[in-house]
Amino acid sequence: MKKILMAFALFATLGLNAQSKYESAMQNGLSKMKESKTPDEMSAVASFFERVGDAEKNQWLPYYYAARNYTIAAFMNPASDKDKVAEKVNELITKAEAIENNNAEIFCLKQQVAVMQLVVDPMSRWQSYGAIAAEAIAKAKVIDPNNPRPYLLEGQYLMNVPEAFGGGKAVAKKLFEKSVELFENFKPASVLHPSWGKEQAAQLLAACQ
Amino acid sequence: MFCQTNKMKAILLFIAGMILAGLLKAQVLVKGTVKDNKGRILAGANIALKDSYDGTMSDSTGSFSFKTTEKGNALLVASNIGYKTMELPVVLGTDSVVISFILKEEINELKAVIITAGSYEASDKKKGTVLKALDIATTAGANADISATIQTLPGAQKVGEQEGLFIRGGSAEEAKIIIDGTVVNNFFYSSVPGISQRGRFSPFLFSGTVFSSGGYSALYGQALSSVLSLESLDIPEKSELQVGLSPLFATVGLQQVANNKKSSYGFSYNWTNLAVYQKLVPQAPDFFKVPDFHTADMNYRFKTKKNGVFKIYAYYNSGTLGVRNPSLDSIGLWNAFSLKNQNLFTNLSFRQFLGNGWKINIAASVSYNKDEILTQVQNQQYQAVPITNISVIDQTGYSLNANQWMLQGRVVVDKRFGAINTIRFGAEVWNNADSSRFQSMNGLFPSSVNDFYKAGFAEADLYITNELAFRPGVRIEHSSLLNKMNVAPRAALSYKLGKNSQVTADYGIFYQTPERRYLINQPPVNFLRADHYILTYQHISSSYTFRVQAFYKDYVSLLKTSNNFPTTVSNAGLGYAKGIELFWRDKKTFKNFDYWISYSYLDTKRDYNNYTALVQPTFAATHSGSVVLKKFWVKNMFGVNWSYNWSTGRPYFNPNRNSKDFLIDRTIAYSSNNFSLNWLPKIGKANAVVVLGVNNVFNERQIFGYNYSSRLRDTNGDLIRSEINPPADRSFFLGIFLSWGVDRSQQNINNNL
Repeated sequence: MKKILMAFALFATLGLNAQSKYESAMQNGLSKMKESKTPDEMSAVASFFERVGDAEKNQWLPYYYAARNYTIAAFMNPASDKDKVAEKVNELITKAEAIENNNAEIFCLKQQVAVMQLVVDPMSRWQSYGAIAAEAIAKAKVIDPNNPRPYLLEGQYLMNVPEAFGGGKAVAKKLFEKSVELFENFKPASVLHPSWGKEQAAQLLAACQ
Repeated sequence: MFCQTNKMKAILLFIAGMILAGLLKAQVLVKGTVKDNKGRILAGANIALKDSYDGTMSDSTGSFSFKTTEKGNALLVASNIGYKTMELPVVLGTDSVVISFILKEEINELKAVIITAGSYEASDKKKGTVLKALDIATTAGANADISATIQTLPGAQKVGEQEGLFIRGGSAEEAKIIIDGTVVNNFFYSSVPGISQRGRFSPFLFSGTVFSSGGYSALYGQALSSVLSLESLDIPEKSELQVGLSPLFATVGLQQVANNKKSSYGFSYNWTNLAVYQKLVPQAPDFFKVPDFHTADMNYRFKTKKNGVFKIYAYYNSGTLGVRNPSLDSIGLWNAFSLKNQNLFTNLSFRQFLGNGWKINIAASVSYNKDEILTQVQNQQYQAVPITNISVIDQTGYSLNANQWMLQGRVVVDKRFGAINTIRFGAEVWNNADSSRFQSMNGLFPSSVNDFYKAGFAEADLYITNELAFRPGVRIEHSSLLNKMNVAPRAALSYKLGKNSQVTADYGIFYQTPERRYLINQPPVNFLRADHYILTYQHISSSYTFRVQAFYKDYVSLLKTSNNFPTTVSNAGLGYAKGIELFWRDKKTFKNFDYWISYSYLDTKRDYNNYTALVQPTFAATHSGSVVLKKFWVKNMFGVNWSYNWSTGRPYFNPNRNSKDFLIDRTIAYSSNNFSLNWLPKIGKANAVVVLGVNNVFNERQIFGYNYSSRLRDTNGDLIRSEINPPADRSFFLGIFLSWGVDRSQQNINNNL
């Protein structure tokens, strides 16, 4: 009895520690992400998430956040080599998809990468990358019709597309409205799951008024 | 009591456990540097302790440091895009660990030297291309004609009175144009004396265009100078209905894409008639039969399971025209030329990945061309004149019916190995069957000639490092008409000097069967041959392209016709071409403004066909250049394009000279300013493209050469002549293209809102 109790105590202390390691690391990463302001800081956070993903092997969220942060860092830094970053991000997306198949959030990432590559040379890339982006968003909507982020991202993209190509503020406005409406009832699956975008949707909707 | 001690022990143990856990987490410092195998600092490399969360990124000096609580044997992993990931064992004790990583570069397409740097490629997919697909359609002066855009690049000569690609001192026959692997014999509308014709195919059919001004791949042959290879679109993005209207033509087309985007079909019809245009813009020659063309085409494409694509394309065109110019041989008479043409081009292509790096490309083509030409000497009432007994006049009248059939089959197999090394090999067969009936006052001359041509080829792209690549190739050909075989080695060597700059050296032997019309009832001749030596330097980034090329082309064997009658032919012709070419393109310096400048210096001489000396040929200018400007306002969807083409005068034949002064005369320099405007508004539900083009805006005088009389002389005793000019000095183009696309993204929005 004594021994059992002792063993249990020892196990509990070490075990408790181990169990929270992933979650606390993720929490830690997410709070660092909020604090990051420069592209370098965003990349550092991204590389942290990537390490967590590689160590865990069966969690897709670290790869998701790694991909997202690398993408944002590239968007923030005009001098970055967007095609090179896209290669990296697509690698992470592949890793995430191997764990979590058919997830709307991952399809949102795909759209962001495609848009990032499109921006490199919009005149000649909008047809090819524009189609990839549109397809990714369409898939995301089918998988998770109540997710507000596909609408937000699509609106954000179409806002910058000339009206002649089916974009413009009027088109984007409808999408932001839909996104804001969905955010009202949106609950992330856990504290670690993606929950960003609510304020952004409201701001962009205001910008379209 | 017992209980209490136990509790105490448990608590103590718990605390001990906490301390133990804490102790286990005593931190150790890991630091070091990351460099590549050339000693260059690598910033932004990921450093991680395998299976832990600990790690960092290397900073701008290539250094890294982080603390870890892990203990014992571990693996430290360094990774960076474009480099091989490296793992080093470390022992984590109490002392800090210092590690230096030297990462090896991965050979990959994004970084590797470009083997084909000697050619000009228009593509939206590949890296390192000089042009984009849209550039072909938006170059001022080109009026969306592929070959006219090519003429703004170095090495391609503008020859105003004749269609074709005249590359680095080569004649039009020395360039082959290829669609999806098969040769197009009649890429241009049939020749009309003195008037350059357009290419038949719209640039919008193609997603990739590769123009090689020399030293091209062993996959192609039968072109002494150059190959222009066009790759058609795969499955389009969306279904659409297109309508085009212009004073010159009306066109309608439909493209239907299956819902799963795995297949598509389409057809289009175009009617071109210049009656209205010629009323608006007076033409110098008298078009007694207004150019009138009907074109229909269709396509069917589908994707196979393993990412393969199967495509069928068929094109049919029929056209008539008649043009009349005053005769130089008799005052008051006219020379009338009329043409009826029918043309068919079909292509079937199939490419399939076979797994394990293998890929197969199969192509087949059937094409047919029929020209019915009638020339006539006419009087003031445009009636055919009877026999005048002046032989030069009587011989001007003739009729020619010419038929050409061509069948082709081709297989190319690709195998990728290593990172990006590739070997390609394959074979092709062509059967050309020409027949013609030539009738003049001397009688009827029917003839037919048939050539069965077969070729085998192999080539390898070998990347020794990212900096150094080698492409050896060989082509073996046989022609039944010549009953001869040839072996043509090719080689390219590329070396990367810096991030964006490289040099390429190309060498190759190029053979071509002489034009079949010269070979009827002739003694045996051999293939014509040219050897190419090309050196290219290029600096290319997404914003700028700079390229300089030096070349030497040795025409080892050209066709030579004898001066006695009956004419015989031999391989005794020869010549050379050498020169320097420059190309500069800048998309960055001015916002939304893009321009390119090209310049060619060409020194070429040849003694071939009926030439009487080694001289600069009529189709070659010593200096030529182009400036192409493009400005686009994205907000208004409005673009303005300008181009300026210039070249020094070309030699022309002057029968008033004695034979030792053969081709010493030069025309005036050629100069043309062209303007075009594109506007892409939304009209109702249609996406519209409005194009207005003006060629030779400033009405500059253009003389491409002279026609001489065979018998009439002026007061100095010289044979009289007339200038060869464009049909109109200034020419115009106006067109509105409307497309109604079933926009799937729009559908999706509507479905989900």
